[in-house]
Amino acid sequence: MTPLTSSSTALTPTWAPIRGARRLWDRLLGPLAFMATLLGLVVLIVLLIDVFRDGWPRLSWKFLTSFPSRKPEEAGILSALVGSVWLVSLTALFSFPLGVGAAIYLEEYAPRSRFTEFIEVNIANLAGVPSIIYGLLGLELFVRFLFPVTNGRTILSGALTMTLLVLPIIIIATREALRAVPDSLRQGGLAMGATRWQVVRDLVLPQALPGALTGTILALSRAIGETAPLITIGALTYIAYLPPFSLEALRTPFTVLPIQIFNWVSRPQAGFHQAAAAGIIVLLVVLLTMNAGAIYLRNRFQRRTV
Amino acid sequence: MTSFPRISLRTESLSSPSATSTVPAIQVRHLGVWYGSKQALKDVTLDVPRGQITAFIGPSGCGKSTLLRSFNRMNDLIPGARVEGEVLIEGQNIYAADVDPVAVRRHVGMVFQKPNPFPKSIYENVAWGARINGFKGNMDELVEEALRDAALWDEVKDKLKESGLSLSGGQQQRLCIARAIAIKPEIILMDEPCSALDPIATLKIEDLMRDLRGRYTIVIVTHNMQQAARVSDYTAFFTVTPDHVGYLEEFGTTHQIFTNPRSKITEDYITGRFG
Repeated sequence: MTPLTSSSTALTPTWAPIRGARRLWDRLLGPLAFMATLLGLVVLIVLLIDVFRDGWPRLSWKFLTSFPSRKPEEAGILSALVGSVWLVSLTALFSFPLGVGAAIYLEEYAPRSRFTEFIEVNIANLAGVPSIIYGLLGLELFVRFLFPVTNGRTILSGALTMTLLVLPIIIIATREALRAVPDSLRQGGLAMGATRWQVVRDLVLPQALPGALTGTILALSRAIGETAPLITIGALTYIAYLPPFSLEALRTPFTVLPIQIFNWVSRPQAGFHQAAAAGIIVLLVVLLTMNAGAIYLRNRFQRRTV
Repeated sequence: MTSFPRISLRTESLSSPSATSTVPAIQVRHLGVWYGSKQALKDVTLDVPRGQITAFIGPSGCGKSTLLRSFNRMNDLIPGARVEGEVLIEGQNIYAADVDPVAVRRHVGMVFQKPNPFPKSIYENVAWGARINGFKGNMDELVEEALRDAALWDEVKDKLKESGLSLSGGQQQRLCIARAIAIKPEIILMDEPCSALDPIATLKIEDLMRDLRGRYTIVIVTHNMQQAARVSDYTAFFTVTPDHVGYLEEFGTTHQIFTNPRSKITEDYITGRFG
C-alpha cells in the first residue's frame, strides 16, 4: 500500500496535493465573501448615520403635523405623509384583488395554450418595465383620457398608475405561492365532488395566502418609494391642505413622501436639507412598518392553516 | 339519518338500484384512453360487480390506474387526455356530453396512493366534503359516523380539532377513507391505498375494506398480489402489448384468477414468472 503523501508510480493515477493555489483559494474566498457582505451593510449604516444626524433633531410632532412652508423651520410633512397613506391604501385595494384574481386564473383555470403562454411572458416583461413608462401611460390614460372619472392629477390617477406598476409583481408572487401548493390537495378536493372554485377557495387559497400577502406588501413597499411615475402624472410638491375624509378625496391633488423629500433636497437652504433628512426617516419608518406587517401577516396565516 | 339533496348525473332524477341489485355498479364498454397521441389503454370491456371488492392488478404501465381514474373522470384533469367508448354508472354513460364531472365525483369517491388529508382539522377533513355538497343534517353525527366507519373514531375522538396532518400515515389514509364515505358515495376507488404504509397500517386498511364490503362497491388498484388475493372478490388482470398499450387480459373471481387462470400470461404473472 502506498502512503498517502507519496507521489505516484507509473501505474496509479496522480493526484495534486492539497496545497498551493487550491488551498489558497479556499482560505481567501471566505474572507472575500464576508467583505462583500460587509460592503452593503457598511454603506447602509453610513447612510443611516448621515440621515439620522441631519434629520433626528428636526423630527418632532410638529414636523409630522405641519404643512410644507416657505420657511424651512416651519415646513412639515403632513400632506405628503397623508398622501402616501392614501396612495398606498388605494393601490392595495385595487391591486390585491386584481393581482390575486389574475394569478388564480392563470394557475388554476387557464388551459395550457399559446395564448396563456403569451400572457405569462408579457406579465414577466411588465414586471421589468421602468416605472417612468408607467407614469407616461398613467398620464395619458388616467389623467387625460379618464379625466371625467379621475379629475386629472389626483390621488385616484396616482393610485391607478401605481396599481399598474405593482400588478405584475403581485401576480408573479401569487402564482409562485399557488404553484407551491401540492397538486394532491387539488385532486383530493376535486375527487370529493367539489367544483374548481370550492377547491381554490377552501383548500388552495388558504395555503397560498401568506405568499400572496407577502408579495403584495413588498410590491407596495416599492410603490411607496416610487417618485418618477408620480412626477410624470403631475403630483404636486406643495399641498397645504388635507383631502376630505370621503370619496371626494380621490379626486383631489396630492403629494407623497418621496416627492416632498426630493423637493426639499433641491432647495438651497440648509434648513430644507434637514427637513428632507427628517422626511427620509419618516419614509423609512413607514417602509419598515409595512415590511413588519408583511412578516406578521405571513406568520399569522401560516399558523392558522394548521 | 343524513339527507343530501338528490343529485343525479344528469339533470332529471333517476331510480337508483339498491346495493343488493344485480346490475353491475360500473359497466365498461370498449374503453380506450389516450394521453396526447399515446394510447394508454385499449378496448376494455368489464362489469364491476355491485357491493363487492374488485382488484386491478398487473405490471407497471398496464393502465390499471388509468382505468380507475376514468371511473370518476379524474383523467379529465390531465391535459391532452382523451377517452373513447363508454363507462356506465347507474346505466348512464359518464362520458356523455350532458354529464357534469363534478356530479360523477360526488357519487364515486376516491382514495389516493399517498394519504392527502386537507390541511384542516380532523373534523373539518370529514365535514368539508359534506358541506360543499350541501349537506343539511347534523354535521357532528355525520363526522362521528364516518370516522367510526373508517375505524378511526376511537383514536381521534379526543382531538378532532387537531390538524389532520398530525396523524400517522396509516391514520391519515383512514381519515381520507372517512372523508370519502362521509358524502355517501356508491363507489369507492382506491389507487394503491397501502403503498405508502407499513404492514400493520396496511392490515388495518384491509380490515376496513372488508367492513365496508357490501355497503359500497370498492375498486382497488394494487401492486401487491397477496393483497388482491386477501381482500378482493373479483380480480382483473391487465398487461401491456409490445407497443406499451395496456389492455385487460383476464377478469374473474379472485379465487379463479389465483387458482385456475385461463390465460397463460395471467398464470405467469400470478406465479411470479413475469412482471
